[in-house]
Amino acid sequence: MPSLDDLKKRIVSVKSTQKITKAMKMVAAAKLKRAQDSAEKGRPYSEKMNKIILNLSENISDKENAPKLLTGTGSEKVHLCIILTSDRGLCGGFNSNIIKKAKSFFEKITKEGKTLKIITVGSKGYDQLKRLYKDKIIEKISFKESKNTNYFDAEKVGNMVIELFLKNEFDVCTIFFNKFKNVITQIPQEQQIIPLKSSEPDNSSSESNYEFEPEEDEILSNLLPKNISTQIFKAMLENSASEQGSRMSAMDNATRNAGEMVDKLTIEYNRSRQAAITKELIEIISGAESL
Amino acid sequence: MSELFNLEIVNPEKSFLSADDVKEVVVPAYEGEMGILKNHISIISFLKPGIMKIYRNNAEEKFYIEDGILEFKDDTLSILTSTVIKLDKLDKSFIDNSIQEAEKSLLKEGITDQQRFLISQKIDSLKSIGAN
Repeated sequence: MPSLDDLKKRIVSVKSTQKITKAMKMVAAAKLKRAQDSAEKGRPYSEKMNKIILNLSENISDKENAPKLLTGTGSEKVHLCIILTSDRGLCGGFNSNIIKKAKSFFEKITKEGKTLKIITVGSKGYDQLKRLYKDKIIEKISFKESKNTNYFDAEKVGNMVIELFLKNEFDVCTIFFNKFKNVITQIPQEQQIIPLKSSEPDNSSSESNYEFEPEEDEILSNLLPKNISTQIFKAMLENSASEQGSRMSAMDNATRNAGEMVDKLTIEYNRSRQAAITKELIEIISGAESL
Repeated sequence: MSELFNLEIVNPEKSFLSADDVKEVVVPAYEGEMGILKNHISIISFLKPGIMKIYRNNAEEKFYIEDGILEFKDDTLSILTSTVIKLDKLDKSFIDNSIQEAEKSLLKEGITDQQRFLISQKIDSLKSIGAN
């Protein structure tokens, strides 16, 4: 049985851990608010962008010569996966959920005999994947320095992807990220960005008789690279909101567990203190009796 | 009948401006400046760096806009852009920095004629802003 001193030390240490987790929870909550705001504010842009591209691709005159970013290279041999994770840990199942989703996708791909290439964004994803897929990872990116998710970071990733695509390094590109649903629920998602897949069935057959200036093809070839950066940016925003949400609930749990532990330890401490006093009393009494 | 239409300017981080009392917008479209009034035909076009003018409440507002797409449909003009700054909020150091950066990227090898055109447009319009 641990001595009174040991118990006391443990209580103190659990209490200080609790202080830390509580502080982290507060910080995550504050950051969550901001991340959620920007995720919501960023939505109109990507939605609009998607809509315009959908309209355009319906209107495009010769489908044969359509930009490859839209239609794909024709084969599906090489898959590029972009895994978006966080740079910091202590956020519950946030990173492992994405990795789990990605890994099952990887297995499917390799089973079909296709080549796999991976880009990791965020250092945690790289840490978790390097053991199994080290030779597949062609690039690891981390935005530790930038405080907030900003568009320029996304653009960097986007430009890199496009460059690789133009060099015929891959045929299909998929991004993995966590979609923010609410504080407790984040849904790991995969989204194919090259070739572009319209996520919703377009029943919005509005007579979109647009005038184009310059030609459709030219607009489209300008728009598509931008759309890729935009999609990545959207994923990054969703991801950062999810990260904070996940961290907040993880830290909330940790704080609660620490509280329970302190209660348990305190009871144990009090019991053994009382036992020690009783023992001492018995010793005195029996000592006096034997005289 | 009112002569006003809706305008929405969105950049990746937020909705920059949203108004429903716009009389006219002049944008630097890729193939030249374009003025848009109510009941314009549906159009999609993209922008080159330059100055966008918005007329509303009997006043003129000017913005520096870097690139983007514009869509006009059902009397709503949507402009998607990565950079949009109100002209009087543009400071000298930003202009100088952007010009320097643009000039540097102009020297890079392997840029296409189209990129070259857009970058020189950017430098020109920034310089003209700086001169005023």
